[in-house]
Amino acid sequence: MSFGDWIGQSENIVFLVIGVVMVAAGWWVVTSRNLVHAVLMLVVALAGSAALFLMLGAEFVAWTVVLVYIGAVVVLFLFGLMITRAPLRRDPVPLDHRRRWPALAVAAAVFATLAYATTAFFGWAEGTAVERNLTGDLGEALFRRFVIPFEAVSFVLLAALIGGIVVARKDPMESDPMESDPKESDPKESDPRE
Amino acid sequence: MTGMLSFAALSTAEGGHAAAATDPSGFLGLLAQGAWLIPVVPLLAVGLIVLFGKRLPFKGWELAEGALAFVALYSIALLIGNWVEPMAFERHVEIARVGLLPGGGSLVLEWGWVVDGLSIMMYFVVGVVGFFVFTYSKGYMKGDVRFTWFFAAFSLFAGGMLVLVSSPNTIQLIVGWELVGLASYLLIGHWWEDHANNAAAIKAFIVNKVADVGLFLGVIIAALVVGSFRFTDLLDAVEAGDSALADVGVWVGLAFFIGAMGKSAQWPFHVWLPDAMAGPTPVSSLMHAATMVTAGVYLLGRMFPFYQAEGFGAGLKPLILVIGALTLFLGGLVALVQDDIKKVLAYSTVSQLGYMTAAMGAGAYTAGLFHLFTHAFFKGLLFLAAGSVIHAVHSNNMSDMGGLRRYMPKTFWTFVIGSLALAGIVPLSGFWSKDEILASLYYDSQHGGGGLATFVLVLAVAGAFVTAFYMARAVNLTFFGKYQGAGHPHESPRVMTYPLIGLAALAAVGGLVNIPGAFPAFTDWLAARVHLPGDHHAAALNLGLAAIGTLAALAGIAVGTAIFGRQRASQRERDRFRIPLLYPLLEHKYYLDDLYDYALVRPIRGPVARATDWSNNVIIDGVVNACGAAARRLSALVYGGLDQRGIDLGINAAAAATGEAGGALRRVQTGKVQQYAAALFLGAVLLVVGFLIFG
Amino acid sequence: MTVNQFLILGALLFSLGVYGVLVRRNAVAVLLSIELMLAAVNINLVAFGSLLGDTLHTGHVFALFVITVAAAEVGIGLAIVILIFRNRSSANVDELDLMKW
Repeated sequence: MSFGDWIGQSENIVFLVIGVVMVAAGWWVVTSRNLVHAVLMLVVALAGSAALFLMLGAEFVAWTVVLVYIGAVVVLFLFGLMITRAPLRRDPVPLDHRRRWPALAVAAAVFATLAYATTAFFGWAEGTAVERNLTGDLGEALFRRFVIPFEAVSFVLLAALIGGIVVARKDPMESDPMESDPKESDPKESDPRE
Repeated sequence: MTGMLSFAALSTAEGGHAAAATDPSGFLGLLAQGAWLIPVVPLLAVGLIVLFGKRLPFKGWELAEGALAFVALYSIALLIGNWVEPMAFERHVEIARVGLLPGGGSLVLEWGWVVDGLSIMMYFVVGVVGFFVFTYSKGYMKGDVRFTWFFAAFSLFAGGMLVLVSSPNTIQLIVGWELVGLASYLLIGHWWEDHANNAAAIKAFIVNKVADVGLFLGVIIAALVVGSFRFTDLLDAVEAGDSALADVGVWVGLAFFIGAMGKSAQWPFHVWLPDAMAGPTPVSSLMHAATMVTAGVYLLGRMFPFYQAEGFGAGLKPLILVIGALTLFLGGLVALVQDDIKKVLAYSTVSQLGYMTAAMGAGAYTAGLFHLFTHAFFKGLLFLAAGSVIHAVHSNNMSDMGGLRRYMPKTFWTFVIGSLALAGIVPLSGFWSKDEILASLYYDSQHGGGGLATFVLVLAVAGAFVTAFYMARAVNLTFFGKYQGAGHPHESPRVMTYPLIGLAALAAVGGLVNIPGAFPAFTDWLAARVHLPGDHHAAALNLGLAAIGTLAALAGIAVGTAIFGRQRASQRERDRFRIPLLYPLLEHKYYLDDLYDYALVRPIRGPVARATDWSNNVIIDGVVNACGAAARRLSALVYGGLDQRGIDLGINAAAAATGEAGGALRRVQTGKVQQYAAALFLGAVLLVVGFLIFG
Repeated sequence: MTVNQFLILGALLFSLGVYGVLVRRNAVAVLLSIELMLAAVNINLVAFGSLLGDTLHTGHVFALFVITVAAAEVGIGLAIVILIFRNRSSANVDELDLMKW
């Protein structure tokens, strides 16, 4: 179909708006000098993707994104920023590398390849949607056909949980025995705003 | 059938194709077909003894004894079978074809076996005497440093001899001939730690080899003319009067006879036999008295129709007669002056071989072979008994012996029986065979042999006297009088005396198988062959000749006992009996050995050997050393120039280049993750692009 | 709605993430860019799941898994960054070049 027909559909206008916002936010994520801004822009990008999922009829996935991604992962990022004293615009040290053109070139190449490869394979025809009751179907698919990957992923999570704790804890020998339980994953560090 | 040939008075069986003997059938046929085992079993035993002998309880003796027992039993079976139904059987297996005939045909190399009267007789002799000797050897060789090897070599001899006498063609005969020659060399030199034994072994081998030239020439000429190696083909050609063969007949006959002379120690090829006494006494008994030395006589027997036929070999018979007579008489004389008991017996063997040869020369097939038969028994016995004496006294010399009849009664009596048989006293075996020879000589002198045969007859009778004389001497010096040696001699163990008794029995009654006119079984046995020998057989015992022979023998015994009786202890006494000119000549063996030494041995050992050594060292070694030096120089060149500079340089350069490349490439590893990530993405993009383009 | 529009959007976000991974010097920022890439992937997957007539909803299920794994990965990644920061007092990836030749 032509661009005119495509724009004519209202959902595509919504898509376009959301898409522009997402791209802008993404751009801000990778170029912002303030890392907290970068994290928040990531929130915007993720929210945008959730909206798109709603448009596509994948409500469950959309709310999962919001809950897990925005709710947990981004918070984790913020904590990580705090702990590692991320530079916040006040730092004189530049955030990015001086020579950026190799990265630009690679990114551009990646985009070109991906875009061409994917669009060449799929035509510009209208997509075929499937009948509703997505969440129910999703649940069924998840616990019947995909139950083994599901269990495997739960193991991954378990491993990540334990691994994260083990990796990031303070060495029990180093710490002062008078201090609190060393199994805590690191709250006692000094104020990152020094 | 069996009686037909012999009962008619003065009958002769003309040479010709046999109607008498046939290919046997039934059980005898089986026996005949299996007769290839007879030479093979001892040869197998050789291999087994060499491989396993030392581990066996009797150190390999049991294998040898078993093999000979097999041969003996088989030969007895064949003998009885031949008596029942005369056999003339031959079988051949082709091995190869050699395209060598002048006309373009090929000669066939075969392996085969013959079962006829002559062969069966030889199987019997080898098997039975060999069995006794092997039994005896177990005791005689006890504790010997090479006990197991001894039996291996002895079995080799037995196998070789059986190959020889079972061969239907001349090539196989040569194989057996050489095998026994090899075995003879090995066994004479059994105690090779003493160089004198080595020298004796070499002498035996070389003298035999010189005579073998004759044998080889004869075989080659006959094969080329007749077109085959087989005896039957050769004798068929003789029967048919083949002219090509007749042209060369004399040479062929002469050549074969020369070969026979070497093996059977005829004058002047006899010089090796006395020296062969350096070997262990069982060897002397079996090989150099009973069997190997009879190979020549056997050959003459096998070729007998050849030598009987006019225009072929018949012209050589006077020569054979003369040589036989010379050997007979001259050999016997030398025995008179020997101190070593084995040498006495050795020269006695030479003399008796002369009797056999002379009989062959007179056209007496049966007589000669009958004497071979009986001689095997009594001479084999005499050697074993002498060995028993030597074993007890630890010395070969009769001057160390004396009075042994008290200490060694069994040895004494068996030795006496053997001596009487040798002297030809009735009714022992030697009487019958020697009488047969005298009768044949007489017959020949009446029928064409002329004055020569008469002369030989006289010599033979004189020889009987000499034989009896030296045996009486030997008996007296050894067993009577006072013991001259040291220590206490004692009788030998049973394993040695029982064979003596066995052989003594055979020596005593063995002659009774051929009583002329009354019981000529032996004659009939021998006549079982494809080409009849055509010799004459006496219709009855010639009492006149028998009397003359016996008288000569008794005279000899009497004189011998008179001179040497009670041993005449002191050397001085014995020295009184020295016939002035004769004895020095005899003691130097007619200076024949010295002649050979100066004429043949010294020139070869001196100038010829030196010249050969020079040519080897200077010429041949020079060439080899020059090649070696050249190779060394070439290799130095290759190493320095090609390897070091050329190849190594290339390799070093390659290594350096690799090192440089590595040094350059390692800068990729910056340690910075983002650069790695960049490379990763770039690579992925390139891959995808590649897939897109190239599909 | 066509599939391609979502795919192009996904490709755009993905390449932005790649740029961020390669350019940023702070370790956390790099992880952030990786999250952006994973989000782009999710867009692609859900688009496939919805617009290609997939009765099994494989795309959606896969997207869920991606989210889960991304969460695990961020957890671990940040734990590692914290550890590095503890050892070196700096989260600058340029300084992590001990595997240099």
